[in-house]
Amino acid sequence: MAYAEDAELEELHEPHSFWTKYIWSQDHKVIAIQYSLTAIFVGLIALVLSGLMRMQIGFPGSLETVDPTAYYQYMTMHGMIMVIYLLTALFLGGFGNYLIPLMVGARDMVFPFVNMLSYWAYLLSVIILLASFFVPGGATGAGWTLYPPQAITPGTPGTDWGIVLMLVSLAVFIVAATMGGLNYVTTVLQARTHGMTLFRMPLSVWGIFVATILALLAFPALFVSAVMMLFDKLLGTSFFMPEMMSLGQQLDHKGGSPILFQHLFWFFGHPEVYIVALPAFGLVSDLISTHSRKNIFGYRMMVWAIVAIGGLSFIVWAHHMYVSGMNPYFGFFFATTTLIIAVPTALKVYNWLLTLWRGDIHMTVPMLFSLAFIMTFLVGGLTGLFLGNVIVDIPLSDTYFVVAHFHMVMGVAPILVVFGAIYHWYPKITGRMMNDTIGKWHFWITFIGTYLIYFPMHYLGIQGMPRRYFSYEEIEFIPQSAHDLNTFITVTAIFVGVAQLLFVFNMFHSLFYGREAGPNPWRATSLEWQTPQTPPVHGNWPQKLPVVYRWAYDYSVPGMEEDYTPQTVPDDPAHESIQHDEAGNPDGAPA
Amino acid sequence: MSSYSVSAERPDYQTLNRRAKTGLRFLLAAITSLFFLFILALMIRAQFNDWESLSAPWNPLANPAPLWVNTLMLALGSASMQWARVAARKHHRELALQVMLLAGFFTLAFLVGQVWLWRQLSALGFYASANPANGFFYMLTGVHAVHMLGGLIGWSKTLLSAKRYANEKFSTAVELCAIYWHYLLGIWLVLFALLVCEPETFAAIASFCGF
Repeated sequence: MAYAEDAELEELHEPHSFWTKYIWSQDHKVIAIQYSLTAIFVGLIALVLSGLMRMQIGFPGSLETVDPTAYYQYMTMHGMIMVIYLLTALFLGGFGNYLIPLMVGARDMVFPFVNMLSYWAYLLSVIILLASFFVPGGATGAGWTLYPPQAITPGTPGTDWGIVLMLVSLAVFIVAATMGGLNYVTTVLQARTHGMTLFRMPLSVWGIFVATILALLAFPALFVSAVMMLFDKLLGTSFFMPEMMSLGQQLDHKGGSPILFQHLFWFFGHPEVYIVALPAFGLVSDLISTHSRKNIFGYRMMVWAIVAIGGLSFIVWAHHMYVSGMNPYFGFFFATTTLIIAVPTALKVYNWLLTLWRGDIHMTVPMLFSLAFIMTFLVGGLTGLFLGNVIVDIPLSDTYFVVAHFHMVMGVAPILVVFGAIYHWYPKITGRMMNDTIGKWHFWITFIGTYLIYFPMHYLGIQGMPRRYFSYEEIEFIPQSAHDLNTFITVTAIFVGVAQLLFVFNMFHSLFYGREAGPNPWRATSLEWQTPQTPPVHGNWPQKLPVVYRWAYDYSVPGMEEDYTPQTVPDDPAHESIQHDEAGNPDGAPA
Repeated sequence: MSSYSVSAERPDYQTLNRRAKTGLRFLLAAITSLFFLFILALMIRAQFNDWESLSAPWNPLANPAPLWVNTLMLALGSASMQWARVAARKHHRELALQVMLLAGFFTLAFLVGQVWLWRQLSALGFYASANPANGFFYMLTGVHAVHMLGGLIGWSKTLLSAKRYANEKFSTAVELCAIYWHYLLGIWLVLFALLVCEPETFAAIASFCGF
């Protein structure tokens, strides 16, 4: 018996008390909201930290509290929170949880209890991480890559407790991500409704599905490096720690390999880029198709590009380590694979453009964010081609050019998709529209603002301005123009940072005062917009699960009355009224 | 709201079985990735000249008898799980429960044996920090033990819920436990082989793999 037929027979245990409904909830939609709100909260903390750092760079010494120790702590926590605790959690825990069951036509995730545990483990990891601000010595200031030996060597901020809490928090996060990930992949493979073949799934599901597989296989590398570093720190082993002097003292360690840590870290670290990027690719594909009223160009090509990028992401990691002193042939190999991965990635960009080509483009807020994503991802991706080549990377390594690159491609680009996707799916989640005017203000300030922040950093990097420095005042080769530019960047960054409150205000204000959305305000085709109730209730669907007859991109089909045809509409209208036979089995649902 | 009455027909446990097995397969894939990377780290670290295997002639594991005893316990645990799996499939629930208990006993014996070994080693001064080989021994056996403890959580849940489970659901739960036990036995055998290897063996494997 297939999943859908089985699910139609299973009893639905709807929670009734406040606690089981909203706190210890096993409903994927509630868990998604819990994940999202926690991630946004912790992301706002990371945003404030970046503002404090920028104050030091733009107006050195203006904030007494920002001394070198605090600066490195802010830098480390900002990076780690943004990459792991905001973006990964939001894309997989937030969007993955909300959209997968609805988009594939499932009642819920297949292991709801494990799904609930996943969120609470995630919350625990966030609490442990934030607790490190308040322990003796404060949070770790090792930089988000946590490279040994300096990460656990006296002199680096937070080597007493901060680094331990960071590593423990990461380990707990990985357990959480694994519990969630098992749900996402199993739900996609085993809980699709009648007629929902793999190649009828929206690209959002494909992106999250492949990213989850990457997470399941790549996060163990971070777990291994975290456990080994904890051993070095707490038990005095020498896995990563070499023989060295620190502050005039001979350390007890000897013989460890810091390079081993780098390999392990980046074996996780590079797939991590795609753990964030692939869901963004998927979500933005759906946004572009819906808001340009066009079918996605090259659907199967897009799916295979996602799969290819996922596979290739495991063999490019050492391009982060060109300055570690590697064998030139090794560098050649990784430069080549890095260039190869640009092929399926570029293919996706072309397909987005071809989807837009001659489309009925609606300049809605989600569409604006989607267009901005394409541009930003292109800019960030092109500078990635620079840095992927050994000979170009070496002079640019550890300069602001790298900061500009990864913020464009891995920071701003996915965040633009996050915003676009929230504006797009908010009506389904809450039943109300977000305010369009505030949304457009938010978009233009964020879009133009981030370019004003990160474009000049390319110039600073080419000038040789090093990253990670607390103060640039005494460095002679940095001209006054660079200092002026830094001041400009800081002012813009603070303005753009504060402007994000528009989004937060819009999110909460619209919850109560937003215009009623109705079930399908964007006239979209995919299943989540076809639920009988908005917001969808526990179990998502009535007793009979929906039957899927087509892919998710039938927009502006010639000969159809409407410019969209939902996935539940049969090719042969005769099937519309007889979706199930007497035994309750779907009649006419294609395989 | 969405509450609705349910058909008198029972859900098909084949679906449940398929779902659970798919989830377990992905879990085992993640665990494989974890141990593969630990082993890779071990192979790389073992190339440094300060590596001194615990199985060197003058070190305590030159005679790996305690490890063999522990291995036997885990193998018996795994075999008992298989027995329970067959019994549950034939709906011999009482027998399956008894053999499950036996499997748990052998697994606990394995874990106690591992802890005893750690205590012996540290009593002899073979601390984790004394040599990277010692560090890897404690770390890998520890991570493996944590995975066994995770398995015991699933095992105890199966035992505690057995009364409430229909035959098919009970059979699925036992089957999942058995697969997990066999898999962790396999991982343990690989770890056992590596942890008592001489540095020359690591060098040969590393050279064979091209690093």
